[in-house]
Amino acid sequence: MNGVHDMGGMHGLGPVAPEADEPIFHAPWEARTLALTLAVGAWGKWNIDASRHARELIPGAYYLGMRYYEKWLTALVSQMLQTGLITAEELASGRPDPGSPKADPPLTPERVDPALRRGGPADRPAEREPRFQLGDRVRARNLNPTGHTRLPRYVRGRSGVVEQVHGAHVFPDTNAHGLGERPQPLYGVRFTARELWGDAGHPHDVVRLDLWEAYLERA
Amino acid sequence: MAHDHPDHDDHPHDAAGQHPPSDVALRVQALESLLVDKGLVDPDALDAIIDTYEHKVGPRNGARVVARAWTDPAYKARLLADATGPIAELGYGGRQGEHMVVVENTPQVHNLVVCTLCSCYPWPVLGLPPVWYKSNAYRSRAVIDPRGVLAEFGTRLDDEVEVRVWDSTAEVRYLVLPERPAGTEGLSEEDLAALVTRDAMVGVAKLAAPGG
Repeated sequence: MNGVHDMGGMHGLGPVAPEADEPIFHAPWEARTLALTLAVGAWGKWNIDASRHARELIPGAYYLGMRYYEKWLTALVSQMLQTGLITAEELASGRPDPGSPKADPPLTPERVDPALRRGGPADRPAEREPRFQLGDRVRARNLNPTGHTRLPRYVRGRSGVVEQVHGAHVFPDTNAHGLGERPQPLYGVRFTARELWGDAGHPHDVVRLDLWEAYLERA
Repeated sequence: MAHDHPDHDDHPHDAAGQHPPSDVALRVQALESLLVDKGLVDPDALDAIIDTYEHKVGPRNGARVVARAWTDPAYKARLLADATGPIAELGYGGRQGEHMVVVENTPQVHNLVVCTLCSCYPWPVLGLPPVWYKSNAYRSRAVIDPRGVLAEFGTRLDDEVEVRVWDSTAEVRYLVLPERPAGTEGLSEEDLAALVTRDAMVGVAKLAAPGG
């Protein structure tokens, strides 16, 4: 979707403001929100692509102003409501619905470390040969899907060179919507700054993105 | 109820009381209590997750990878060829570091990592990302104005240097191997690791010579 989250190349969003001696969390609620998101994620009701999409669906005006973990909190609540892990009544009252059974959390303390160490690899066995090879010139297609995509606007229609072939990876555009992993070749593609930004790009600079095969055509 | 604060601003709000921290803190507390009552989460597991990212996983991990690469040419060669395995040898991997690529800074090439679409970051080697990395400003500008962003971090590059910006659009995560500072020839791997900063491994800074 062409949302404000796809902000590469935008102007006017302010200076970068690094904070000296920044704490890992600025308040306890940030830490709890991170932990809740990971722990509820262990129910397996959604995948990482769906979570990213849930954050993208936050209306643009709010998205731009929200702190990071507020976006996580908003998306977590929305995904729990959507999948039925909680009901709107429970959210409003703060109490389990009368008569609702008590579950057993899948993520117990002793399972935390193994789960984090395992992570969620996105590579899958290749079902076919990649269409492009190292050194091939490719163009990012001018796709404008209304759902989730990892093809940023700033490369659409631009040409680059395949610099790395990663193998088959889960395709976020389908996986985010419960339409299956549909793994396909993922490529590291190099674009010159001049190709992306015209004269505003420095003649020596490049931008490198990881793009799925469906995003690309031969240039 | 538009939010009028930039997302790196965590100060309390007085105007109109829009989402003051105490409000969001109460919402999170209420949500956690509900989820515990429903048996959806175990509060001790939440504590274990937080303890991991507050005390166990952070940029010291990445610094050890960098120091090993500086002192062991064979390790460095394997790291640059395919980083996930060599990083796992030092005990780091998993969530948000499942597929690692290490890119090397040289006098001719300076690498910079960003995620324009969200805030992807190599957690196992750098920990959780700082607020500036997740900010609208960094995400929007790193790809179109990397030299301007670098200058704001005090990093000025010669015109001849190639800046390579890595936009983390898939599940591949990037770690910058900074240039080893001059005057560190006699240092141990452990002392070298102590010189390596998070900012240098994201690519917004260069490393200073010790005592420099």
